[in-house]
Amino acid sequence: MFQALANPQRFMAFSRWAAPLLAVIAAGLLSWGLWLSFSAPEDYQQGATVRLMFIHVPAAYMAMFCYACLGAASLMGLVFRHVLADAAARACAPLGAGFTALALITGMLWGRPMWGTWWVWDARVTSVLVLFLFYIGYMALQAAIDDETRATRASGILALVGLINLPIVKFSVDWWNTLHQPASVFRKGGPSLPPEFLWPLGVMALAYMALFGALWLVRIRAEVWRKRAQSLALQAAG
Amino acid sequence: MSGLWILFRRELGQTWGRGGGPVLALTFFACVATLLPLAVGASPARLGSVAPGAAWLALALASLLSLERLFERDFEDGTLDLLALGPAPLEAVALAKGLAQWLANGAPLALLAPVVAVALGAGLSLVPMIFISALIGGLGLSFTGGIGAALSLGSRRGGVLIAVIVLPLFAPPVIFGAGVIDAYASGLDWRPALGFLSAYSLAALALGPLAMAAACRNALS
Repeated sequence: MFQALANPQRFMAFSRWAAPLLAVIAAGLLSWGLWLSFSAPEDYQQGATVRLMFIHVPAAYMAMFCYACLGAASLMGLVFRHVLADAAARACAPLGAGFTALALITGMLWGRPMWGTWWVWDARVTSVLVLFLFYIGYMALQAAIDDETRATRASGILALVGLINLPIVKFSVDWWNTLHQPASVFRKGGPSLPPEFLWPLGVMALAYMALFGALWLVRIRAEVWRKRAQSLALQAAG
Repeated sequence: MSGLWILFRRELGQTWGRGGGPVLALTFFACVATLLPLAVGASPARLGSVAPGAAWLALALASLLSLERLFERDFEDGTLDLLALGPAPLEAVALAKGLAQWLANGAPLALLAPVVAVALGAGLSLVPMIFISALIGGLGLSFTGGIGAALSLGSRRGGVLIAVIVLPLFAPPVIFGAGVIDAYASGLDWRPALGFLSAYSLAALALGPLAMAAACRNALS
């Protein structure tokens, strides 16, 4: 019990300064990345709308990265029964769902001027949508079980099942797409990006990563505080 | 081993016998298929083009129906506790339950699937392929769905929750299952799709019981 408490304490001491530091880094990178995005030259085909890429692509990247974090935290929680890993998994899911929603929405906004339609049942779009549904399922299961530890364990198993399933979904959707609808909208393996686009994209990706790190730490801290408040309330109730 | 066989027989009997058994799922399947022409229009050309896919979609939905009772009944009356204490590992118990679910629900649905597809306008030549894909796919649907059933033990609002958890996981079998029929109907090579569908079902058969047992242990703890 003390061992389990000691580690969260060390974590709290660490995240106390790490979370604000990451937030400052995220703010700095975000403003640099936005400045780079707006000063980038217009694309010869897409015009100014190409700038949506700098918001959209990092969000899609974070959508997957968050799921990997969720899976890793769930695995740690299930194997080592660590309180902090459980808190990390719980804290991660809404962030991942948010990034996935951001990727889907900015994708729709980008699709409207580029493809002339809000939504295309393209392989990548579909698999990101399924990823979003995985997040929703995780959070729904979490919310439906009253006992918190049990809820986190159950949804942790679901997260691991999803981790195995995601590559299968990705593969099957790619396969389905080539079967039904030969590449029409996306140029697969298109030309690699020129450096004036690569720079803002990279900086924005790092900014998103730092933002996720800061938010994740803050949310884990909130989880730990909530647990403490709960146990204090239980103690007071006697 | 004989204990597991008895358990399997019991599961089969319960899934088959109590509360209408597969009849309910079959009726649901037929109802969804009846609503389809009402929704998309009765023109044979339009219906025929979506018939195999729609049959697969309805199959996936119908296989959700009986999942809620797969573990819930035993969880509520304490049988699951006894099974967990017994000599057979929970993984084997989950395997027996999943196989019984497949035989008692998946197989009747697979028999009805060609009938539904033909009624919606699919060609008669597709019948064996629809049956085979539904039967093999049903194994994957049963074991994937069983994970959702075990995970939602002890939760509020079990049924809807199972659907929300499980339906995204059904994406690959639906793609491959409808893909088999699609490829066969258009004269393409259907073996890759059938291979992928079988691979998915076998993977679910192998890995599903592990997740189900872990979920049951968690619910019982």
